[in-house]
Amino acid sequence: MKHTISVLVENHFGAFDRVATMFSGKGFNIRSISIGETEIVDISRMTIVTEGDDQIIDQVVKQLNRLIDTIKVVDLANTYHVERELALISLSLHKGSMEQIKNICDIFRGNVVDITNKSMMIEVTGPPDKIDAAVNVLAPFGIKEMARSGIVALKRGEQLKIQKKDNITT
Amino acid sequence: MKKSENILGGAEIFFECLRREKVEHIFGYPGGAVLKIYEHLHDVNFLQHILVRHEQGAVHAAEGYAKASGKVGVVLVTSGPGATNTVTGIADAYMDSVPIVIFTGQVPSHLIGNDAFQEADIVGITRPITKHSFLVRDVNDLAATIRKAFYIASTGRPGPVLVDLPKDVIASKCEFIYPEDVEIRGYKPTYKGHVNQIKKVVEVIAAAKRPLLYVGGGVIMSGGSQELAFFARENKLPVAMTLQGLGAFPGTDSLSVGMLGMHGTYWANRAVDTCDVLVSLGARFDDRVTGKVETFAKNAYKIHVDIDPTCIDKNVVVDLPIVGDVKHIIAEIASEMPNPPDTEEWLSQINEWREECPLVYEDNDGRLRTEFVIEKIYEKTKGEAVIVTDVGQHQMWTAQFYRYNHPRSNLTSGGLGTMGFSLPAAIGASFAVKNRPIISISGDGGFQMNIQELITAAANKVPVKFIIINNSFLGMVRQWQELFHAEKYSFTDLSASNPDFVKVGEAFGIESYSTDNPKEVDSLLDKAFSVNDRPILLEFKVVKADMVFPMVPSGGSISEMIVKRLNPKRMI
Ligand SMILES: Cc1ncc(C[n+]2csc(CCOP(=O)(O)OP(=O)(O)O)c2C)c(N)n1
Ligand SMILES: [Mg+2]
Repeated sequence: MKHTISVLVENHFGAFDRVATMFSGKGFNIRSISIGETEIVDISRMTIVTEGDDQIIDQVVKQLNRLIDTIKVVDLANTYHVERELALISLSLHKGSMEQIKNICDIFRGNVVDITNKSMMIEVTGPPDKIDAAVNVLAPFGIKEMARSGIVALKRGEQLKIQKKDNITT
Repeated sequence: MKKSENILGGAEIFFECLRREKVEHIFGYPGGAVLKIYEHLHDVNFLQHILVRHEQGAVHAAEGYAKASGKVGVVLVTSGPGATNTVTGIADAYMDSVPIVIFTGQVPSHLIGNDAFQEADIVGITRPITKHSFLVRDVNDLAATIRKAFYIASTGRPGPVLVDLPKDVIASKCEFIYPEDVEIRGYKPTYKGHVNQIKKVVEVIAAAKRPLLYVGGGVIMSGGSQELAFFARENKLPVAMTLQGLGAFPGTDSLSVGMLGMHGTYWANRAVDTCDVLVSLGARFDDRVTGKVETFAKNAYKIHVDIDPTCIDKNVVVDLPIVGDVKHIIAEIASEMPNPPDTEEWLSQINEWREECPLVYEDNDGRLRTEFVIEKIYEKTKGEAVIVTDVGQHQMWTAQFYRYNHPRSNLTSGGLGTMGFSLPAAIGASFAVKNRPIISISGDGGFQMNIQELITAAANKVPVKFIIINNSFLGMVRQWQELFHAEKYSFTDLSASNPDFVKVGEAFGIESYSTDNPKEVDSLLDKAFSVNDRPILLEFKVVKADMVFPMVPSGGSISEMIVKRLNPKRMI
């Protein structure tokens, strides 16, 4: 199963490498990883999407915790949380395709961020499955290049009682 | 004190920190990037620096020192090749959870990343094999970093910590402030076990019919041997030990079933296979112990006590985990035990197995065998020596035939299985232990892997007894070739290419003897034990093609245990 794991790490030299080395060294897989600042100056947040059965995820969380540079590790799979991702998608333009792409972009509440005679770049943000959907619909127009940010996620303010192992995201 | 009086250079801060960490020995080798440190070392008198002849030797020596004493072993080497030469030793210390701190020189900060002369990204290279590592970028951070390094290496599950010291940082000055307390927000080892879990363990053990303690090196590291002995004896619980666990419980105690696992005793492995409650104490369900995990202790309710949460449910899913310091947890379990379980029948069953298939060897053809040599060493030392083995058949035979009375007496490379460990590790141990004999036991192959350290032993007059078990083969590999690789003895026969070990020893200035006669073993050992102010070397030329049994083939079940050579029939 897919799990989104949120990790607070020391914002210093080598912390990111240590996490990445741990994943590759232990043979755990990383679907996406993002890192950025938090509200605290010297702490960064890494959001890692990984995959595995319960035993593997248990090991991933423990191994992350074991690193000296990690301060807090939360498997968001058992929480109500918000996940967002941003994608930049550059598409080739053909006769009449511009209008169609613009329409799709609107449906996904995306923005056109760059345009030339031959190509057009749009920006879409949202939950990862929305990005997947946008990519699927846009694919037939010819995606020239794409960059996805990887997921960022935060726990919701209120945690209703939830069944363990339900993966609840919104 | 006026502020200006407290301004120190990096090298002075370095030694001031070592003094406060109560470091008395460092194992090292100089070079360009650490010249400033060596300049100051010249006038430092609170510690002894031992000059090795290869940086790998320094790390193994520090490991031997740490394993024998429980203190942190310290290594100091230069940048580039000096640093990369430490890698095998660091990996070894990581696998066996040995507390050491490795200081490596580094090129000046402004040259890092430039492929400068003798630059190596040692922090990057060793990241997966250190508990933690630091690159010190500012002399103002030096003292706090060294403090943290020692703290991390020695607490929780111990391990190697590397501190990389750029040349300019060591050459700079700053106010020396030694932090008394260490606060690392991401590192808070759990020491106390969960109360309810402990209660549950007590209930389960009290109700057990066939309980077995499965004891690893963690018990020794936590200093929990006395607690273990009390707990096992009060409750009549048999004790099986891993290779690293040997010494945690006296090998001569009737409750000891010896080593379990691939080359464990027949009765220990039968006990694991049959027990109804398995209590793992400071052990990690390593594949050399479990064999096929699906069938390991298949009928047992499994309890796992370990300070490292990642060890739990890693290889074998257990029924009841407790995270914490094994010494305290054993003491708590022992104090809560209502009445001992009735294990009489179980113990006599184990004894039947012991008699059914004891550890035996051929001893009436007049030829010299390793087992005989080990038994003789045991006889002479009565289990009181510190035995430092290398890796191979001699290591397994020593584990089977030497019975340790004390913890920190069996020093060996278990996790990584590093040939070349014994010789330097024994030298290191000799600086920590003064009142008991230190015996290094190596094979003819492994002895040559850090043979250069013989001069370190000779120059420092360490009273180590270097014993070479010369079977003219990379014996353990030969054994696998015979059993599993169609008897293709590919590149394991050293008979035509081994050096004359007596001449080698003598060239290093070490009194050396050799024999292939069982009748001479006594007198040679007596000679060795009469020498206590310098090293001595004994070569025992043993039969070539012996094999270590019992053996559970890699990844096999206990039921596939091979107990004898000529008739490798399945025993169970
Ligand atoms: C550094 C290293 N290289 C290779 C091996 C693989 N290996 C394991 S045991 C062994 C043979 C050891 O031979 P020897 O030192 O003569 O000991 P014996 O088994 O004969 O007692 C080898 C090559 C190893 N463990 N370590
Ligand atoms: Mg050999």
